[in-house]
Amino acid sequence: MSWIVHNLWLVAALPFAAGGVISVMKQRQRTLAAGLAVGSMALSFVLALMAFVQVLTSHGEATRQFSNFAWFQFGAEWVRLGWLLDPLTAVMLVMVTFVGLLIFIYSIGYMAEDENFKRFFCFLALFAGAMLGVLIANNLLLLFMCWEIVGLTSYLLIGFWYEKPSAAAAAKKAFIVTRIGDLGLFLGMAWLYAQTGTLLFYDAGRGCLEANALTTLAMHTTVFGLTLSSAIGILIFCGSAGKSGQVPLHVWLPDAMEGPTPVSALIHAATMVAAGVFLLARVYPLLSAGVTHGMTTTVALQVVTWVGAITALFGALVAVAQWDIKRILAYSTMSQLGYMMIGLGTGGVSVGMFHLITHAFFKALLFLGAGSVIHGCHGEQDIRFMGGLRKAMPVTFAAYSCGMLALCGVPLFSGFWSKDEILHSAFVWNLSRGPFYIGAIGALLTAFYMTRQMIYVYAGTTRLAAESTHGEHGHSGAHESPKVMTVPLLILAVPAVVLGFFGTPVWPWFQSFLEGDTANVSFGALGGAFPLMIVSSLIVFVGLGLGWLLYGRKLIVDVGALDRIESAQPGLFHLLSGAFYINELYAATVVRFTLVAASVSAWLDRWIFGGVVRAISTIFVLFAKVDSFADTHVVNRGFDAGCGSVSYGGSFLSKLQAGKVQRYLKFVGVALFVAVALLFWGGKA
Amino acid sequence: MLAYTIYISFFGALVVLLMPKGSRMAIRTVALLCAIAGFALALTAFVQHGTGELTTVALAPWIPSLGIHYHLAADGITLCLVLLTGVVAIAGVLFSWNIEQRVNEFFAFYLLLIGSVYGVFLSYDLFLLFVFYEIVIVPKYFLIAIWGSTRREYGAMKLAIYSFVGSAMVLVGLIAAYVVAGSHSMDLAALASYRYPLHFQMWAFPLVFTGFAILAGLWPFHTWAPTGHVAAPTAASMLLAGVVMKLGAYGCLRVAMTLFPLGLSSWGFHVLGFGSWRDVFAVLAVIGILYGALVALVQSDFKFVIGYSSVSHMGFILLGLMTLNQIGITGAVVQMISHGLLAGLLFGVVGRMLYDRTHTRELGKLGPMNLSRALPFATVTFVLAGMASMGLPGFSGFVAELMILIGAWRVSPLLAIGVGLGIVTGVAYVWRAMQKAFFAEATTIIDPHPPAPITLPEKLGTGLLLASSIAVGLYPQMVLRLIAPALNTPLFSGLHGGGW
Repeated sequence: MSWIVHNLWLVAALPFAAGGVISVMKQRQRTLAAGLAVGSMALSFVLALMAFVQVLTSHGEATRQFSNFAWFQFGAEWVRLGWLLDPLTAVMLVMVTFVGLLIFIYSIGYMAEDENFKRFFCFLALFAGAMLGVLIANNLLLLFMCWEIVGLTSYLLIGFWYEKPSAAAAAKKAFIVTRIGDLGLFLGMAWLYAQTGTLLFYDAGRGCLEANALTTLAMHTTVFGLTLSSAIGILIFCGSAGKSGQVPLHVWLPDAMEGPTPVSALIHAATMVAAGVFLLARVYPLLSAGVTHGMTTTVALQVVTWVGAITALFGALVAVAQWDIKRILAYSTMSQLGYMMIGLGTGGVSVGMFHLITHAFFKALLFLGAGSVIHGCHGEQDIRFMGGLRKAMPVTFAAYSCGMLALCGVPLFSGFWSKDEILHSAFVWNLSRGPFYIGAIGALLTAFYMTRQMIYVYAGTTRLAAESTHGEHGHSGAHESPKVMTVPLLILAVPAVVLGFFGTPVWPWFQSFLEGDTANVSFGALGGAFPLMIVSSLIVFVGLGLGWLLYGRKLIVDVGALDRIESAQPGLFHLLSGAFYINELYAATVVRFTLVAASVSAWLDRWIFGGVVRAISTIFVLFAKVDSFADTHVVNRGFDAGCGSVSYGGSFLSKLQAGKVQRYLKFVGVALFVAVALLFWGGKA
Repeated sequence: MLAYTIYISFFGALVVLLMPKGSRMAIRTVALLCAIAGFALALTAFVQHGTGELTTVALAPWIPSLGIHYHLAADGITLCLVLLTGVVAIAGVLFSWNIEQRVNEFFAFYLLLIGSVYGVFLSYDLFLLFVFYEIVIVPKYFLIAIWGSTRREYGAMKLAIYSFVGSAMVLVGLIAAYVVAGSHSMDLAALASYRYPLHFQMWAFPLVFTGFAILAGLWPFHTWAPTGHVAAPTAASMLLAGVVMKLGAYGCLRVAMTLFPLGLSSWGFHVLGFGSWRDVFAVLAVIGILYGALVALVQSDFKFVIGYSSVSHMGFILLGLMTLNQIGITGAVVQMISHGLLAGLLFGVVGRMLYDRTHTRELGKLGPMNLSRALPFATVTFVLAGMASMGLPGFSGFVAELMILIGAWRVSPLLAIGVGLGIVTGVAYVWRAMQKAFFAEATTIIDPHPPAPITLPEKLGTGLLLASSIAVGLYPQMVLRLIAPALNTPLFSGLHGGGW
């Protein structure tokens, strides 16, 4: 076993330790804090590269290596944790450390004026450490622990500007909603443990993702005729759905845009939301266990596919009618995560993961670009107040365009290859064409809403000074962002454009790498995929064209003008901009139900149980009075003897608190009396 | 040596009482030293006692005619809980550093309470255990009635009545057990080895179990807990939630379940879907978890939030016991430790750090005070303690909840789902309280009377409790190595029947 496998934990531990050190530093040590965070991330990046090379140069069995250690024991059972290096981990590590590093650097510029600069880097570093921990975990329990810390730190980052009530509320919502999903994961974990007796993924044949355990899990059926593996898989998927913003647990993701923009780029584009997809990729052997006898899929994978499809469409629809530049991207992210789920459900790990990786780069680029725009527009986020930024912010515009084209899936850009592969596997899925059609419509909508956004933000002339609340401070126009922000944009633009070439049908290097094979160039593969590529390109161009027709032909000048869809179909537009009123629905049902249940419980406690207490205490006082009468008038020697010492102590104590003690002592007296009586009575029997 | 934890505390109580009233500093110091001495003894035993098996600490005849001995003994579970008592005792003294009124008596009662708690945990003779158990009630009552706050007399009385009813039930059960066994010994091992007839166990078990469980906040006998906690002074709430409630849970495990294991077996018929006392108590425990969490969600008094959260967390312990498998019961013991530390900390923050400074516990009034700026230490402490109590990995609560959940799953997935919902609601109420008290929109920009800064004793107490929770959370083997052998002693053979 090589050095890097033994010490893989360092990848996660370095940023985590940096976060810990920063947390105890002084508020004004800004440079040191940023330096520590960036430095630790850079080191992690180097380690991730080493891990990548290690996997790249090994073959066959050796591509998956792990290192386990014992954590605690109860009875004869040991709970063991460990870390794991396989192609999946290696790819994710490189992506997260690379994108993370760029976002860290960008944040130096973006957060420069914030008084809590140090705290920001502390949270960022802690987040990165926990996220990397999720990636290297070789144990569902360890993964879950890191997963929870990811959730906590993301909460801290979303609520970073907690003075804003909306930010505080968004943070709370994010934490609680994802926690509901995590409940499924937690239960799935308990079930898995109860069945297999281990939570290690790989453990030389004894792990829960290895053949022995999987065969057993796939053989037994449980509720609703599900196989055990599918049932557990669906519970684990609940956790994924929470983190990855899948319907119906998506409500937190758009609100989470209240956080600083680098946070949105890091958490809501590249890393945390992708963790849900990663988790499914990690437990894919479990999800797909039992694929035999001509069955090409399992119930769990079907659930994943359909939920993904609904989310992909939902996000794309809602994104059409948003005004906030970041909310558009947030719904877009949701939609793209849905695509990843479709890919994973229909085509397997490599299909979903490929889109995850390309998306991470171009969406991080888009978010950072949006951050640059917001920075340049003095904090304005509403696209109605932007416009004309192409001239004012040329570098941002160029980089943003690359990201936008990649997201739309314009041919040859990275998003094209990865999305096309998803559509392809959805097309050949033998259960239903539904996900394919949904995906195609989603692709059209994606091109449409991104065109709308581009035209609103970059085309025409500026509308910034008009009525914007932020424009009043004497800023006359937008300005380009500093180098520390634009350079990361340009660096990210490169993979957004070219990364797709690592996973084309001609040379599916990425797919082969994940499966531990070597890729061969075969132009023949292009023939099969070609017709679909044409179709999907056409769809994209139709979307772009529609967007241009509606918004580009006649540019928006007036800030208060209605959206073109709004003026044509106001009802539809408001339904979309209100995100189908899911939030309101939850507020009226789940939230209200909980509050009512809570109030009823509180009322019960106050009146019923409280009343019972009062009744009992009255009865006892009565009883005590009767007894005290008996005590004084029916002289009982045994009782007196038994009570003698107690009443002596009581007379001392009663000086402290007159009135209450006597009553209390009478109870003691009664108890002793009963006790002694029982003793004698029992002794005779 | 472990027996000296009791003697030192009782002796300390006497010394403190006799000291001159004016010398507050000296009194506090003596109390602190006594607490530290107890902790040191407990820690020594904890570290040295590698196997966790039962060892006798002290044995002398007491009332020979009735077969009652002064018998103190410790196994792994005892050691863990004694150490917990030591930790919470120190923290409690540190958080009571600002007590000005009747300092002698306060610390005298305090030490008396600590000493008798040690006594309950260490007693191996049931009569002795009961005596200590009864002594606990007295200082508890006075601590609340004299130094308490909101509706203190009501709270104290309610607590005393409930404790007393519970004790009475326990006493009846114990005497019946003694009489039926006819062995003229109150020794736990002697009684536990006697095979009581099934029909006897069927009524004795629920009697004794409920008797103890009342003190552990079993729903629907829990209402003493929130009112008692709220009325109590900070240190007393810390002890009450931290260790006194554990006495109840400990009694359930140590006495009820070992003496009458058959009481948990099936009735042979079903009523409303319940087939045994075990079903009944497991469901009551889950109701307690959910109910406590829900009520905590709508409280406006900060201390009530914590008080009801205690009910919820104690439900985990009772459920863990009712799983009757090793992982669940182990989880229950870990949860006793975990909740002891965290409840202590939460009450410390709310009672000492906030209430003593702001003189209000209304969430709505605390919010506008901009506490996250004014008292950053209290804020961070509460956030950490809140995270820990909602079961965030890295803290003791996570390990405990995980073990209980796995244990519950093995019994019935439905129970586990109930627990899971309780955990989610737990997140919600901690969150709500945190947001309302610390992170609400600030209205007062500059407070003319900023609260006094957090003092050193408070910081030390916080550090001690948090560090203990993190230590257990990161290295649970520390306590598990002691709990496992304890559960494998013949004492529990009725539960596991020769192997878990």
